[in-house]
Amino acid sequence: MIKDLNIRIAIIVVVVLVSVVYLTPTFFFDGGGKVPDFWKKAKILPTKTLNRGLDLEGGMHMLLGVDLEESLINTMDRMTVEIKTYLDKEEIPYRHVERHGTDGIRIVLTDPEKQDDLKAYINKTYRFFEIVETSTLGGEFEVTYKYREKDLLAFKDRTVDQTLETIRNRVDELGLAEPEIVRQGDYDILVQLPGLADAEKAKSLIKKVALLEFKLVDDKNDLAEALKGNVPEGSEILYQKIKDRDTGELLETKPYLIEKKTLMTGEVITDANISISSSGRGYPHVAMNFDSRGEALFEKISGDNVGRNLAIILDNSVYSAPVIKTKISGGSAIIEGSFTKEEASELAIVLRAGALPAKITVHEERTVGPSLGEDSIRKGFMATLIGSALVIIAMVLYYGASGLVADLALFLNMIIILAVMSALQATLTLPGIAGIALTIGMAVDANVLVFERVREELRLGKTPRAALEGGYSKAFLTIMDANVTTLIAALVLFQFGTGPVKGFAVTLSIGILTSLFTAIFVSRTIFDLVTSRFRIKRLSV
Amino acid sequence: MELIKPGTKIDFIGKRRYAYLFSLILIAVSVGSLILHGGPNYGIDFAGGSLIQVKFNKAVGIKDVKNVLLKMGLKEAIVQNFKEGEENEYIIRVVRTEMDITTLSEKVKENMDKKFGFGSVDLRRVEMVGPKVGEDLKKKGLYAVLLAVVGILIYVSVRFEFRYALGAVIALVHDATITLGAFSILNLEVSLPIVAAILTVIGYSINDTIVVFDRVRENMRKARKTPEDEVMNESINETLSRTIMTSGMTLLAVLALYFFGGGVIHDFAFALIVGIVIGTYSTIYIASPVVLIWNKLFPQKSPLQKGRRKRR
Repeated sequence: MIKDLNIRIAIIVVVVLVSVVYLTPTFFFDGGGKVPDFWKKAKILPTKTLNRGLDLEGGMHMLLGVDLEESLINTMDRMTVEIKTYLDKEEIPYRHVERHGTDGIRIVLTDPEKQDDLKAYINKTYRFFEIVETSTLGGEFEVTYKYREKDLLAFKDRTVDQTLETIRNRVDELGLAEPEIVRQGDYDILVQLPGLADAEKAKSLIKKVALLEFKLVDDKNDLAEALKGNVPEGSEILYQKIKDRDTGELLETKPYLIEKKTLMTGEVITDANISISSSGRGYPHVAMNFDSRGEALFEKISGDNVGRNLAIILDNSVYSAPVIKTKISGGSAIIEGSFTKEEASELAIVLRAGALPAKITVHEERTVGPSLGEDSIRKGFMATLIGSALVIIAMVLYYGASGLVADLALFLNMIIILAVMSALQATLTLPGIAGIALTIGMAVDANVLVFERVREELRLGKTPRAALEGGYSKAFLTIMDANVTTLIAALVLFQFGTGPVKGFAVTLSIGILTSLFTAIFVSRTIFDLVTSRFRIKRLSV
Repeated sequence: MELIKPGTKIDFIGKRRYAYLFSLILIAVSVGSLILHGGPNYGIDFAGGSLIQVKFNKAVGIKDVKNVLLKMGLKEAIVQNFKEGEENEYIIRVVRTEMDITTLSEKVKENMDKKFGFGSVDLRRVEMVGPKVGEDLKKKGLYAVLLAVVGILIYVSVRFEFRYALGAVIALVHDATITLGAFSILNLEVSLPIVAAILTVIGYSINDTIVVFDRVRENMRKARKTPEDEVMNESINETLSRTIMTSGMTLLAVLALYFFGGGVIHDFAFALIVGIVIGTYSTIYIASPVVLIWNKLFPQKSPLQKGRRKRR
């Protein structure tokens, strides 16, 4: 330990001052937003408040799983269409091209001569494919391609990242304060939204897949006939939900016979906004802008199909199917539908933020209402206060004036714990408060160990100064051993824990470390200060 | 003030056989209860399922709440008082997880509003854990406990000796088992925070034990001719005052948490209380005697005893 008492006092004063500075935004400015200008101008002064966990603040926690299998199947299906298009264009005769399992494609050529062309094409276009099986039988060439293991992992990784990015974009649109969206484990995504202002909206936004497609309404076949079960090949029946625009009440579901072929998807959208039509009763609709590719595509689609109905389909439900009156150029389009204003703005957000590359499933969802959070923080704070008061009184009763020194160390410990948490931007949770309460009990342990030793030394007839010296040095190793072992448990907790449990581990770990400082360094310094300035004959311990 | 007079000599080690019997009974009851109940009563964190905590702004009986749920077709829903004796706050558990929790909670609110008046119910907490996550958490919880035990075993082996580490680890497994057993006997739910509490009990138990071992090590060096069991008894007596004081202080803090901390933290605090009491007991009656048993089973000069010789 540092010999010079003045240096020790200086260190303590600095630590306490820094701690108070770090806690100032939390306790005196009542939230980071209300930090006064002079404080902000100083630049080095902290402006962040102590982070409160969702259990204290209220909010939502969701663990989302990405449906990688479905995403993979979709990708494979898309590729079969691309391969068919290539074979048609090159006039290579084939019997079929189909998805094989979840991650492969099987192609059967009726002209084995052309197999090299096909192989070259696949090699060039789909580098991640490898051949697992080929056979030539009865004048047919059959080949099965599969995703390479390594590339499959990369695909999954990318899909999760894209999903995360899309969710982040959508949440950002809501303008929530400090959302946290991170990957967890291999393929899961953790979403934490503090505050609950728009939880329902956030949830429905996050879950939407938002696959926007433009398809033509099949007007060559009869809808009534199709509804009886005779759906013509290449078409399907999709429904439009017609709702009351003011109440949002579902009025009817209207069926459409739609050609399966997708003409255009939402990928080409650069921007989407809600606007209110000037005609009629001012119904909301969504206006979109396309990129140059989309502009050209849309111009061609509309030009080729004047007079037909173009269905705008989102996640397999029809939003509107307006008649194309004329070729549309200029790179923008409108979706009309019977949606409420909220739905229209939600649709605009999803279109802007893009589609999820895969479906997501909710593995875990926790919502804490703000009233429970307030209750918890109030009760937790109260309990900690009562607990500390009891400990403080007991220490003085048992150890006299020395107990007072331990109490002072304890008080500083609490301040430093909160300050360190604030500085590290660690999150205070309800179990975290429990961690602090527990630390109170354990923090006095170091001083108890010292005091018991001091008592023993005094019994041997040593002077107060010598007894203190002996007590501290003998207790030191014990304190270290005892605390390191507890720290091991706390660190394991940190490693394994999520959310509140992690919060508890953080608080406990910090508490153990800071209590070493306050219970050994601070209390020792106080004793040394007292015994060196005053000639003490009797130690109250 | 002094609780334990200096020079107090209680024959803890001599009474160790009663302690073994007592501990064996406690452990048997704990394990028996766990087997009888088919394992711990896992909460939704581990078992999966949905939970909705509702608070009414007036007194509403538990039967009324159940009736509303029955009418909704939620036959298997379990309704519990959030806190004993409170008439207006309940936890509703639904095991079935296929229904979207958002839809479920909205429907519950809607139906409660219909029955008890609009705005009478506040959804305080809504949680859903899927079965996959539950399995995952269970596995992770087990790993965490094992990892902590191994870490402690290594540290204590390095700082002391293996047989001391063994004594400490047996004491903490003893404490963790009995804490879990208490939950099983009272049929309390084991949730994620409870696993955290048990890990903390482990940390606390070891902390307490180390203090005694430290004193044993010190005394062994001083009194080289005294048999180890006497040294241990002496050391336990010398540290008794500290053991009771620290445990007492920690218990005070945790009791405050139990009585004033609110319902969410209630079971968590209970686990800590049981753990601290059992941990203090095992520090005195289990940890050191186990080291002695090891000595009897494998009688050889331990490094600590050799150390005593070298010092002379």
